[in-house]
Amino acid sequence: MTAAARAAQRVRPVRSTDDVVLIAVVALGGLFLAVALAAPLGALLAKSFQDEAGRFVGLANYIRYVETPALLGSLWNSLWVAALTTAIVLPLAFGYAYALTRSAMPGKAFFRAIALLPILAPSLLPALALIYLFGNQGMLKPLLMGGTIYGPAGIIVSEVFYCFPPAVLILATALSGADARLYEAAEALRASRIRVMRTVTLPAARYGMVSAGFVVFTLVITDFGIPKVIGGSFNVLATDVYKQVVGQQNFQMGAVVGMVLLAPAVLAYLADGWARRRQTSSVSARAVPYVAKRRPKRDGPLLLHCAVIAALMLGLIGVAAWGSLITFWPWNLSLTLANYEFGRFDSAGWGSWWNSVTLAAWTAAIGAPLVFVFAYGMEKAKTVPALAGIVRFAATVPLAVPGLVLGIAYIFYFNAPANPAGFLYGTTGILVLNSIVHFYTVGHLASVTALKQLDPEFESVAASLKVPVWRSFLAVTVPISLPVILDVAIYLFVNAMTTVSAVVFLYAPDTKPASVALVQMDEAGQASAAAAMAITILATSAAVKALHVWTDGVIARRTQAWRSR
Amino acid sequence: MLRRPLLAALAAPLLATLPIAVADAQQRTRLTVYTALENEQLPEFKRAAEAALPGIEIVWVRDSTGIVTTRLLAEKENPRADVIWGLSVFSLQRLEQENMLLPYTPSGAEALRPQFRSSASPTTWIGMDAFVSAVCFNTAVARQRNLPTPSTWADLLDPAYRGLIAMPNPASSGTGLLTIAGWLGTMGEEQAWAFMTKLHENVAVYTHSGSAPCNNAARGEYAIGLSFDMRAVTLKNQGAPIEIIVPSDGVGFDLEGAAIVRGTRNEAAGRRLMDYAASEAAMALYGRYYALLGHPGVTPSVQGYPAAFAERLAKVDFGEVATNRDRILAEWSRRFDAKSAPRN
Repeated sequence: MTAAARAAQRVRPVRSTDDVVLIAVVALGGLFLAVALAAPLGALLAKSFQDEAGRFVGLANYIRYVETPALLGSLWNSLWVAALTTAIVLPLAFGYAYALTRSAMPGKAFFRAIALLPILAPSLLPALALIYLFGNQGMLKPLLMGGTIYGPAGIIVSEVFYCFPPAVLILATALSGADARLYEAAEALRASRIRVMRTVTLPAARYGMVSAGFVVFTLVITDFGIPKVIGGSFNVLATDVYKQVVGQQNFQMGAVVGMVLLAPAVLAYLADGWARRRQTSSVSARAVPYVAKRRPKRDGPLLLHCAVIAALMLGLIGVAAWGSLITFWPWNLSLTLANYEFGRFDSAGWGSWWNSVTLAAWTAAIGAPLVFVFAYGMEKAKTVPALAGIVRFAATVPLAVPGLVLGIAYIFYFNAPANPAGFLYGTTGILVLNSIVHFYTVGHLASVTALKQLDPEFESVAASLKVPVWRSFLAVTVPISLPVILDVAIYLFVNAMTTVSAVVFLYAPDTKPASVALVQMDEAGQASAAAAMAITILATSAAVKALHVWTDGVIARRTQAWRSR
Repeated sequence: MLRRPLLAALAAPLLATLPIAVADAQQRTRLTVYTALENEQLPEFKRAAEAALPGIEIVWVRDSTGIVTTRLLAEKENPRADVIWGLSVFSLQRLEQENMLLPYTPSGAEALRPQFRSSASPTTWIGMDAFVSAVCFNTAVARQRNLPTPSTWADLLDPAYRGLIAMPNPASSGTGLLTIAGWLGTMGEEQAWAFMTKLHENVAVYTHSGSAPCNNAARGEYAIGLSFDMRAVTLKNQGAPIEIIVPSDGVGFDLEGAAIVRGTRNEAAGRRLMDYAASEAAMALYGRYYALLGHPGVTPSVQGYPAAFAERLAKVDFGEVATNRDRILAEWSRRFDAKSAPRN
């Protein structure tokens, strides 16, 4: 190589201020995830290589775990239940999201709100409703024809219910940006409907499909609440973690299973990268927004699809609402409001409800902007691909971490005497931080999906006009993406209202959330009171959601007018 | 000018949550007490203790035994609890092994039954009361299915109960562990395992929570739930059609105990609470819920226990169970957990 060539290699483009700003954003995001996720998790998972006294023992714990006969059973159970759930949820959610975004069916706002219902309620609610319907004393028990709801069947039905909202959220985002010109061109070329679906619609939604698939798969793998209530003795990896950590206080083995559970996150990350390379933005700067025209042959079946799903969801919730009003199921079905006097069951009474509202409001208000800004940085910082890649990976990890692993990790990390952030421990602050991190991934994926549909030309034009990146971000990106930012905020809010597995280790005497109080009521055999608390949480989240629908309407009129012609 | 009202509408609920003016002028010592007592007991215990101990305020962190023990162990480096009041002695022994309990012999501890205080001197924990494994038997389901009422563990092997029994998984639940520890204690290892193998044929589900089997029996999901007495009594009081059976062929039991957490910043107040926890007044309080108390001189006021109840307790050596716990659980999991798919 000649000296001239070597010199040429060393020439680097000068970093613009914009690049520096973006790199700083990515670095901040990395720092946030390092402090709030990687460090605590590392502190716990390192225990998988230690014995009880803290000595390094290499892979000894892993070998011991592999030799446990129950392991392969749990692993296999987790995999097939998660795969089957994903296979059921994806087509259902795709049809639903397609109807919301690409059809002219009536009542879209209603169906959009209903789709979120399952995550507005604690997962105990559908499980209780299923027991009322299909349990051994259930009203519809004969429909099972001798089968049992306890076990994989109950788990899969409950998980489908529980995973539907995030799948719809991601897919609707993926489908909402469409360029009408492509469809006009297809029509002009007389392409068949199936061909249009295959060559225009699906490719544009591919990234969303892959994301949604992995979100669902990972959620099912790591969820513990549903298998605990309705899984009977059906062992899955998440219940194995519970046995090790809560049943036997064996943090080392709990960490081993926690590590095993991280595998889906790694796979999700790889798949994400694969889909990313194949995704092109569908809303170019010249895009003309797609507006669905009336077409009864398409809209009719879609309406039916949505109506059936919505009816099932409302039915399940209706059963639980009824369950919150009865005196003692199934022996005394007289109706009463006494179950809502929470002071009778828990000394904190309604106080825990207020704790939950506080926690959820802060989680949404801090989390949503944070998630979106970091996602923006990762998408746009082209000059530091390696750093952005690492941070992107970190953002997909929380989904794969079972809440109880995250909760214990937070104790070890934030309660360590040397940790300067230790003052957070025992306050609402640590619950907020924990909740933002715990539910980071879905918000991140939704943000990225939305950002991917925006043509990078917006930035190029801005740059050529010498408009700083933060101005084009605030003036163009944020207004366009405001619906998704609000979606993320709502997602964080409702999850913080219902979360149990992590916060159960972190609440202090005066910060106990309602979701924890509810589990304790159920533990004490007060199922009706637990249902009442679940309905209260649901009503709270629904009210916030209604506020969201209203603001969305206002925002749409102000910022989304450009989408229509 | 839509933007501002909109922002205000979004911001108002947030601002309302700001902890403005949390000026607590109290001079009382706040004791953080970790407990697995029942929620309904907490206000009563708090009132009684605060009345007896002026200047002390009790704040509870209450959760199931597993969660509380896990939290205590995870917080070892920087303990947040001052006192433990109402936690399984299996858990207390584990904490003792980890050197997490502060030795202190409460005044009056010498009056307690020997099994109700740690062998260390000064003592590291004291026992308050005992809870035993009990059978919740749903009489409504029994009528539907024409089931006989069991009175011993051996009765549960009757094929009539096939698929109708729920019991806690000992790998997840302390109640499950105390139940099988009782069988191992009364029957001896070999016979106990043979018993469990036969019982396995009748068990429909091994639950992760110690309360769940009795809750399920109360709801009629299963006819029989193996759980502990206190849970059964509260459910019965709620109106569940269950009969509480303390099998006559020996039942496993566990003690609820109290201890001071090493590292507390309120040691003096903690000692006062320990003195109270061992007092006859406190024992009378425990006696409203439990039939066997640490102080032999206090008569429990709880109703519904068989007269010769104390004689039914299995010979359980807590130290030995703690030592053999890993082995017992591994054996149990090998035999029953790997093939515990639900059956009808």
